[in-house]
Amino acid sequence: MPVRRVALVPAFNEEANVGRVIDEIRAVDPMVDIVVVDDGSVDRTADVAREHGATVVRLPFNLGIGGAVQTGFRYAFEQGYDLAVRLDGDGQHDPSQLDRILRPVLADEADIAVGSRFAAAGDGYRSSRSRRVGIRLLAWVVSRIVGRRVTDTTSGFQALNRRAIELFARDYPHDYPEVEATIMVSRHRLRSVEVPVTMRERGGGRSSITALRSVYYMVKVLLAIFVGLFRRNVVPEEGTS
Amino acid sequence: MTPIAVSVIGTIASLALVVVVLELIRSRRLRERYALLWLLTGIVLAVLCAWRDGLNTMAGWVGIRSYPPAVLFAVGILFILAVLLHYSTVISRLSDQNTLLAQRLALLETELSTTSSTR
Repeated sequence: MPVRRVALVPAFNEEANVGRVIDEIRAVDPMVDIVVVDDGSVDRTADVAREHGATVVRLPFNLGIGGAVQTGFRYAFEQGYDLAVRLDGDGQHDPSQLDRILRPVLADEADIAVGSRFAAAGDGYRSSRSRRVGIRLLAWVVSRIVGRRVTDTTSGFQALNRRAIELFARDYPHDYPEVEATIMVSRHRLRSVEVPVTMRERGGGRSSITALRSVYYMVKVLLAIFVGLFRRNVVPEEGTS
Repeated sequence: MTPIAVSVIGTIASLALVVVVLELIRSRRLRERYALLWLLTGIVLAVLCAWRDGLNTMAGWVGIRSYPPAVLFAVGILFILAVLLHYSTVISRLSDQNTLLAQRLALLETELSTTSSTR
């Protein structure tokens, strides 16, 4: 029996890339429903996505990546999907590798599978020195917390089953969602695996993270992690507060 | 001892604050939950101004002899910090609710457009 599945594509001002991303997903999996979450773009992202046949969920203003992604999970949950994959609208996640992250979830070996740039040995991911150090440190901290080796803590290339969709629909971190979500998943005792993937370069030269900026980023992420550790696990149901 | 003129002016100003707060509640521009805080502030200030030896007496309780107004500053700064912290929690809650509303709105709009197009 085919499972009902949806591809969630968060996009913010990605009119140049989002159409190609949609076409590539459809080429790989013609049966998948594609939902673009337009995070308050000021360009033609929503129109382009509709022209390419995707369902568009358009946020009235920019919520940031965490809020946008959670919107997608809410959609997937409310529409009753059994399976969701998430790919970024800038095209850095290659849809031809979808089957790799889908396999462990389809085989019910994991509730969530995350594509990792660093899981494969000797992978030629090129980045600045400061950034590599930061990525290592973050991976080390997160691995210690969840008690399992995590190599790529910031990857948004993910496949999720219904349980994971439900968790993220109810509660998803705002600021550094992937890092915190990794820890959340382990605290909720969901099974999670990393799958080696290769990612493409982003379209534009937007990720200009300088050394000082990476330090600032690291401090903020680590703070968010440790605050998250002391946070109560219980999520209030909507409308109770 | 506070000079009598300062005491009178201070008391009038504090009572004016209380009146302003009451007016804001009456015209529904201030919710009761915040109003209580500001009413208390006005009353405390009024008492401190009217009770001319109050500051010296209270400074004496905590052992400050050289400069009694230090008590006032310390309490005032702590009070302002508490109010700011409270506002941070209010802002956090509001922004969470705002996010939720934006998401709900977007999902409902999508649902509406798909149901109307299939009809």
